[in-house]
Amino acid sequence: MIHNRRLATANIGVAVVAFGIATFMALMQALSRASLDLPWRSAKMYYLSVTGHGVLMAIVFTTFFIMGLGIAFTTRALERPLKWPRVAWAGFWIAAVGTAMVAWAILWGKATVLYTFYPPLQAHSAFYIGATLLVVGSWVWGAVIIASYFAWKKDNPGTPVPLAVHGILTTIIVWYLATVGVASEMLFQLIPWSLGLKETVDPLLARMLFWFFGHPLVYFWLIPAYVVWYSVVPREAGGKLFSDPLARMVFALFIILSTPVGFHHQFMDPGISAGWKLAHTVTTFAILFPSFVTAFTVTASLEVAGRMRGARGLFDWIAKLPWNNPMVAAVLLSMILFAVGGFGGAINAAYGMNAVVHNTAWIQGHFHLTVGSAVALTFMGVAYWLVPKLVGRDLELGLLAKWQPYLWFVGMLLFSISNHITGIMGMPRRVYETSYGGSLAATQWEGLTLISAAGGVLLFVSASFFLLSMLGTVLAGPKAEQPTLEFAEPLEGEPTKLVVFDRIWAWVVVAVILVAIAYAYPLADHLAMETFGSPGYKPF
Amino acid sequence: MHVHLYERIWMWGAGAIIVVFLGAIAFATVSQGRLPPSHVETVDPRNVWSDARFAQRGVTTNPDGSVEVTMLAMMFAFQPNEIRVPANTPVTFRIASADVVHGFQIVGTNGNTMVIPGYVSQFTMTFDEPGEYLITCNEYCGLGHHNMGATLIVEGGV
Repeated sequence: MIHNRRLATANIGVAVVAFGIATFMALMQALSRASLDLPWRSAKMYYLSVTGHGVLMAIVFTTFFIMGLGIAFTTRALERPLKWPRVAWAGFWIAAVGTAMVAWAILWGKATVLYTFYPPLQAHSAFYIGATLLVVGSWVWGAVIIASYFAWKKDNPGTPVPLAVHGILTTIIVWYLATVGVASEMLFQLIPWSLGLKETVDPLLARMLFWFFGHPLVYFWLIPAYVVWYSVVPREAGGKLFSDPLARMVFALFIILSTPVGFHHQFMDPGISAGWKLAHTVTTFAILFPSFVTAFTVTASLEVAGRMRGARGLFDWIAKLPWNNPMVAAVLLSMILFAVGGFGGAINAAYGMNAVVHNTAWIQGHFHLTVGSAVALTFMGVAYWLVPKLVGRDLELGLLAKWQPYLWFVGMLLFSISNHITGIMGMPRRVYETSYGGSLAATQWEGLTLISAAGGVLLFVSASFFLLSMLGTVLAGPKAEQPTLEFAEPLEGEPTKLVVFDRIWAWVVVAVILVAIAYAYPLADHLAMETFGSPGYKPF
Repeated sequence: MHVHLYERIWMWGAGAIIVVFLGAIAFATVSQGRLPPSHVETVDPRNVWSDARFAQRGVTTNPDGSVEVTMLAMMFAFQPNEIRVPANTPVTFRIASADVVHGFQIVGTNGNTMVIPGYVSQFTMTFDEPGEYLITCNEYCGLGHHNMGATLIVEGGV
């Protein structure tokens, strides 16, 4: 059974509320970029909303959802409650208080610095301190899961850890490595600077520390989605996991490759040599490999499911999958969107081609396919399946839940394709108005911004369906005994022997060495150079 | 640990795709010199207006015929906000920020760089097609961000 249900529910509850608020902001932004006037539309509201949407979706929704999912999966798979439940609750409250501080700063207009918060734009110190507390809370969550794993390991020496827990541990390790960067930026630069203890900060150093965190952050979002794809979806679709050891290999590769890649977000930055940017390009492309392997294993598992449901031909297994099960449909559609997003990502990471798309609408088109679909749509699917188990009620408004993933899919295609195209045409991302005083170049992307807005409206309707179904389930769903959380069985049976990929801590050592190679020299080089700091600015 | 034949084939294929991608990047880098703007030079953002390198802004032509454009980015404008450069001539842009982080993108071309206070952004490119180009700031810099732009006019000489 799932233990610590209340804690898991509380985490997912915060995530869904954050998602709900951010959804309204998204609608306004999509309409604003198409220059469609709404009564409350203003530049101040738009940039405030972009900040709120980014922070609430990318940081709050994801982190709390992952914490809830991690607790449910770990306690179910290890068949024991969390080792330190009180510490885990303390972690939740630290993160919740941090989130409240960040939300206050943003909604009161004191932190319109976008979710990347590049200095010398300067937010209220509550924004930086709150964000740090959110991260500290997540560290506590990770420590409790690791302690629970060690307690299990002591009782089960020589047994491979269940795959779902292997994936959650990978998520935590990637998160710990990643947050070293942002924690340094917060503690040594932004917090003392926003409190007036420090007059200036070096904006480039801040960007290096931010992107040290910013790219592994995407794997912190993605790995839990992969855990669901590997360890839950094959069973829900009616089949088995095609390969257990390759899934473990994928997790090991994510541990070592997630972090030494951050400069691919800084290709266009001055002050970083082209050689180091190229080095990070190589590691960035290497990290495509585990995702390619995942594509194979997950597709093969789905084929197994289709055949177990009676498919005979080459492709009819696709039609045999339970497309009317909202959980499975959400995941399948999220995978299709992710395949498109993955290839777009390879273009972003391509050293030379990046100049065409950097900071254009292409980027928002890209990450709404990845974090906005592969991750968010998968999490919505997970919620349809997990929340009833957590609260002991039947899913309410199931018809809305059935339609929701398809609406998301269509809305996202409209939104994302139009933004990819306007991006290549040179339209910047994150601008309130895209007309540039009627410039000829700007008139060419007008029709496409309307398509993007139409996609945004569909996404809003889809998100509303999700929220209504969740709200209905928690408040009005009929109380009923729910089937317990079950994980997919590997085709070749549960592993009994440890393989090299189970040596998690050895992979952590490799990861630390790689990160040191990728970052120690350029950071030391940077710190040795004479640089000039910047005072803070609040142009919002 | 058992790995299926199809998995092996797939993994070799995936590896090959990655090698091809990296090969294409290496080719563009080595043979065509396509590097992202990675100039390393610092400048004090609080004195940038009087700094000798940025006190005179605008377009200058070097003795060898190459052209240099010196600009400052600030909330919410580029200075100067209209530049004229010749076609088919290497143009080196040198840009610094007087306040926060900005972006500099020549719409419809590969011209794109971040402008970070304290650092000098520099890149060189040649324009084949005469005409009027829109320059945008593509990094959020405050409530007037969407108004921050400039015009680049590439003149004659086809």
